[in-house]
Amino acid sequence: MKIGIVCPYDWEVPGGVREHISGLAEALLELGHDVSVIAPADDDADLPDYVVPAGRAVPVPYNGSVARLAFGFLSAGRVRRWLKDGDFDVLHVHEPAAPSLSLLACWVADGPIVATLHAAMPRSRALHAAQPILASALEKISGRIAVAEAARATLVEHLGGDAVLIPNGVHVSRYEKAEPLPGFPGSGGTLGFLGRMDEQRKGLDILLAAFSMMADERPGLRLLLAGASGDAEDVLAKVPARFRDRVVILGRVSDEDRIRMLHSVDVFCAPNTGGESFGYVLVEAMAAGAPIVASDLEAFRQVLGGGEAGELFPIGDAAALAAAAGRLLDDPAHRASLAAAASAAVREFDWSVVARDVLRVYQAVAPATGRVAVSL
Amino acid sequence: MTPMTSIIVIAVVACAGVYISWRAGRLDRLHARLEAARFALDAALIRRSSVALELASSGLLDPATSVLLAEAAHDARSAETAREMPESDLTRALRAVFSQPDFMTLLAGREGAEELLSELESASHQVFLARKFYNDAVSATLAARRRWLAVIFRLAGRAAMPEFFEIDDSLAPAGDSGPGADLPHLTS
Repeated sequence: MKIGIVCPYDWEVPGGVREHISGLAEALLELGHDVSVIAPADDDADLPDYVVPAGRAVPVPYNGSVARLAFGFLSAGRVRRWLKDGDFDVLHVHEPAAPSLSLLACWVADGPIVATLHAAMPRSRALHAAQPILASALEKISGRIAVAEAARATLVEHLGGDAVLIPNGVHVSRYEKAEPLPGFPGSGGTLGFLGRMDEQRKGLDILLAAFSMMADERPGLRLLLAGASGDAEDVLAKVPARFRDRVVILGRVSDEDRIRMLHSVDVFCAPNTGGESFGYVLVEAMAAGAPIVASDLEAFRQVLGGGEAGELFPIGDAAALAAAAGRLLDDPAHRASLAAAASAAVREFDWSVVARDVLRVYQAVAPATGRVAVSL
Repeated sequence: MTPMTSIIVIAVVACAGVYISWRAGRLDRLHARLEAARFALDAALIRRSSVALELASSGLLDPATSVLLAEAAHDARSAETAREMPESDLTRALRAVFSQPDFMTLLAGREGAEELLSELESASHQVFLARKFYNDAVSATLAARRRWLAVIFRLAGRAAMPEFFEIDDSLAPAGDSGPGADLPHLTS
């Protein structure tokens, strides 16, 4: 199949949507399909072979922050040329309501169009202002995919219609083998956390409280934290002074160190208190074969197969987290069996499986509407 | 007390009374000017966001630009408190839209484009002027209210302390700081 994929956000800035698109594109290429991705990027940027640059992204206020987007007639002209050259069987746009390339592609194309919605859009009033403009472009989409329940709910509420739920994928094989960070996990046990430290709903405070409860009884126990940290001092201030030298804050890490970090812990903790539509961080930990203790959130319970691939504890309960993590630290056999169950369960989220689900959506819309044509 | 000293005391008290009430009247006039400037600024901001919204829904622009403008204009108009942020965002969105290469040439000749663009330019210029005059009135009023006489006799009554309105309202592309760069130039 000849597949054209549109990325609305700057290719040179890492982000969830871009990660998703590169994962999907590479999986589709491996399955033997012909894939081209168009994304905002400088013409002389260092890009993978399958990415076509649509010109530099412009920083502009959008949705309460500054986004890097591509818009305007010139960008539309680039998309039109890419569509003509590509002669695609199916066009797959991501985040079509964002004022960028995806919306422009819907505007200039005709034929089989599939759209994936990533983020939930809570600001329904703002969307109303732009609704008439969006409607005519979004009407052309013949198959819609949501990566999470929250994104699907937004779609149903604001734009009408329904969507197929296909979660984010992960390259399981990239996570399976990695060298632990130097000195880890160590003999005294290591608890791990991955996520934004200054975001309340990621629940780091609960883990810090649980660690403080366990640290006296387990003098070798350490805490390994990765993710954007804001101010590391603020994090340390929440731990009694005598334990602070046992808390290691890595801050923001590279993709490679992220995987090494997951291999450096005895127990991976996900103390999130809510707002997770899909437990991507858990899927990563499962792929790395880390034993997991996670909050009993709906999304987490689903990913962990109801608790078979990881322990669940009541949301926000630091004492319960401490107890569950302690039990796992004392029982290597149980840790190994959880890790094995996680490695088996995570197969379902591998890109090779997820990409096949996406292909089924392509096949459902493609024959009915012919090839992708340029309408204007 | 001799009759002479009582006359002098009465005269001094009377003069002081006249002076204080003159100062109070002046402060009152300043507050009236401030209020008028505030109304003018409100009207200019509302006009600017309305024209931006009209341009967004005119069908003259591509849909991505339209959505950007519509959202920025909507946010600016619906903000009740803390208006500085959304109004500055609207300016930045307009600047991003108008600084696209060949933007004016691509729109030239389209029906209604010229009228809307010149209306938007005049509305943006009006915001620039109205804000300048409003902030002038604020600083004059603040200076008058800080004088010891106004403070001791509470000449301003219960009127709230006025606040400056600080937004980014320059439409010259960032980095252009030549003469007149603080003036809005959409079309030049």
